[in-house]
Amino acid sequence: MRLLEHQAKKLLANFGLAFTQPLLADTPAAAMAAMERLGKAAVLKAQVPFGRRGKAGAVRFVETPLEAQRAASELLAMNFQGVKVTQVSIEEKLTFLRELYAGVTWDTQAKRPVALLGAGGMDIEQCPPECLARRIFDPWIGFTAGMGREMSTRLGLKGRTLVGISEFMKKLAHAFLMSDAVTMEVNPVAETLDGALIGLDARVEIEDDAMYRQQDRMAALGQLVSTTTGRPPTTLETEAQRIDAIDHRGVAGRVVEFDGDLALLIGGGGASLTVFDAIRRYGGKPANYCEVGGNPTEEKVAALTKLLLSKPGVRKIAVIMNVVNNTRADVMARGVLMGLERSGREPSKTISVFRIPGSWEQEARAFLAKSGVEALGRETSLDAAARMAVERNGSP
Amino acid sequence: MILDSDRILVQGITGREASGMVEDALAYGSRIVAGVTPGKGGQQVHGVPVFDTVSEAMAASNATVSVISVPAVAVLDAALEAFAHGILFCLVMTERVPRLDTCKLLVIAERAGCTVIGPNTLGLIRPGIAKLGTIGGRLDNVRQSFRLGRVAVLSRSGGMTTEISSFLTNRGIGQSIAIGVGGDPIVGANFTELIKILENDPSTDAVVIYGEPGGAAEEQLAEHLKREPSRLRINAFLSGRFVDEIEGVRFGHAAVVVEGGRGSVRGKAAALREAGVFVADRFDDILEGLS
Repeated sequence: MRLLEHQAKKLLANFGLAFTQPLLADTPAAAMAAMERLGKAAVLKAQVPFGRRGKAGAVRFVETPLEAQRAASELLAMNFQGVKVTQVSIEEKLTFLRELYAGVTWDTQAKRPVALLGAGGMDIEQCPPECLARRIFDPWIGFTAGMGREMSTRLGLKGRTLVGISEFMKKLAHAFLMSDAVTMEVNPVAETLDGALIGLDARVEIEDDAMYRQQDRMAALGQLVSTTTGRPPTTLETEAQRIDAIDHRGVAGRVVEFDGDLALLIGGGGASLTVFDAIRRYGGKPANYCEVGGNPTEEKVAALTKLLLSKPGVRKIAVIMNVVNNTRADVMARGVLMGLERSGREPSKTISVFRIPGSWEQEARAFLAKSGVEALGRETSLDAAARMAVERNGSP
Repeated sequence: MILDSDRILVQGITGREASGMVEDALAYGSRIVAGVTPGKGGQQVHGVPVFDTVSEAMAASNATVSVISVPAVAVLDAALEAFAHGILFCLVMTERVPRLDTCKLLVIAERAGCTVIGPNTLGLIRPGIAKLGTIGGRLDNVRQSFRLGRVAVLSRSGGMTTEISSFLTNRGIGQSIAIGVGGDPIVGANFTELIKILENDPSTDAVVIYGEPGGAAEEQLAEHLKREPSRLRINAFLSGRFVDEIEGVRFGHAAVVVEGGRGSVRGKAAALREAGVFVADRFDDILEGLS
C-alpha cells in the first residue's frame, strides 16, 4: 500500500519526525480558504501516490488566496498517470539553509534493510556516489544514531547538522521497521535557519503481506491506495478482483487488461509470464494478462472465463498452465466449460487450446472430450501451445 | 548432497497442506521422522509422531532438515526454534511472509550456519531419492515429471520448476535436483548460493535457471560467474519480457538508488550472457547443449 504524502507525514510524525503541516482541500474554494488561514507564501501539491510530482507540474508556489484558488483549480483538473487528482495540500513555503535526502528501503541482494543519506535533496539518483551514503543494518539491532553519524561524516556533514540528521535517520529507520515498510523516504529534509530539520515531502509504502499487523496504524491514516496498479483499474480488472475475492481458495485473478483479441486464462505466475511473452512473439494480441494457481474453485474459474470472454473484440480463449502441482486440471476444465456455457459460447469453437498437464490430467481430458475439445498434454511445450493459440485465434 | 541421508522434521505437520505433503513425500521415499504442532503432541500424522516442541522432536529423531509449513504469522518463531536446536537445512513453504520476518530469520540462520530455501517455495526434489514440499503434486505426476539425471533445475517459480523438469524428462534429460528457490523479493539461498553448492556436486553437470523480472538474483549470479567461472554448463530462461515495456510508475528514489538499474529482464539477460551463460530466447531452447 502506498500512502499519500499527507498520510506519510502523519505516520512519520508519530515516530517523532517534524514535517511541514499540510492543510487539505478538495475544491478551489477550500484551497483559497486554507490559504487565507495560512496567511503566508505557500506550496500547493496534488495528493497522488507517485513520485516526480514537481517535474509533472503537480507542485505550485503561490503567494495569495486568489493564486491558491487558481492553482488548485488547475491541479484538481489534472490526471496524473491516469489517476484523477481529487485533493491538494497547502502548506507553508519554508526558507531553509540546506536540503538533505533521508531514505530507508530493502536491499534485496544483501537481504537487509538499508539506510540512505544524501547531501542535497530532490534528484538523489543523479548525484555522484560521494554525496550519497548507504548503510545496511541488522533488523534485530535496528539503526543507531552512531551509524547515522558515520554516514554523516562520509558526506562531510558537521556540527548540529551531523547530530540532528543522525537522530532523524534513527527515527526514520525505527518507523520503517515498526510499520513493515517497503520504502520510506523524506525528500527533502530541510535545515532551517534555526537548525531544525523539517521534512517537506515524504513517501511511504507499506508491505501488503504485513497489513494484518499494521491495521490499527493504517486505519488512523484514512483510505489507502493499492500498490499494484499504477493506473486506476479498468472495469474488467475490478470485476476480476471481485471474482478472485469470492473465495480464499486459489488465485483466479491478477488480471491486467490489454488491447487485443485473444483472451488468456493462464497460470501459475511464472508460466503466465512465459506464455504471455510467447503469444506476443508469435504475433498474437492478448486481450489480458492473468494468473491462475493454487487450485481455485470451479466457480471462480467459471466466473473469470465468462468475464474474459465478455471483452468486446475477443475471439477465442487460450487455457495454458504449467505442469500443475497443486491445481487440479479437472477442476479447471469444469470451470472453463461452465464459464463458456454461461457465455453462450460453444466450447470447440471458443477454446483455442487447453493445455494443463499434471495432477488430475486424465480426468480433465475425458471431461473436455465430451464437449469436443481435445486437451494438449505435456509433450506440447508452453511455447508450442502459445503458438497454436495464436494460429487458431485467426485474424480479424 | 541434501537428502542423501537426511532425517526430516515437519513443523506445522498437522495442517491440511502439510499432512498431504507428508503422505506424498513418505511414499516417494523421504525420511520424515518427526513433526511439530504446538498443542498436538502425542498425535500421529501418517505414522509420523507429533511433538509440541522442536526440542522434544529432536531428542526423539535427530533430524537435520526441517520443512516449515505454518501460517505466515508463525514462520519466524518456528524457524528460530529450528535454528536453536541445530537444524542445518530449512525449507519454508509458507507464502506471504512479511519481508521483515524473512530478514530476521535469515540473520539468525546465517549465525546458526543453516541453509534456508524459501519462503514461498513448493520445495525441492532429488528424483528417485526424496522430495521436500509439495513439488510435483500428486505422486503419479511427480513420477511422470521428474527423472534422475545430471541437470539441476533452479527456479524462481514453483510451477516452472515442474514444467522445466517435465520438459527435460520428456526429451530424455534427467535431473540431479530441482529446487524452487521461492517467489518472494527476499529469499534464503538464491542462484548464486546454490550454484556454489552444485559446483562441488559430482552428480550435477549442468544447470537450468528460470528467472523473472525484479530483484537482482540473476545479476548477482552473473557477477559471481565473472569472478569465479563455473565448471557447470548453465542455461537460463527469463520470462516477463513484456513487463520491461510497461512504463513503471515510480514511487520515490530509494529503490532505484539501491537496485542501480537492475531488475529488467533485458538487463538480466545481457548480464548473464556476458558471464558466459546461455540465455534461451524461446522456452524450448533451454535444451541447448544439454544431453
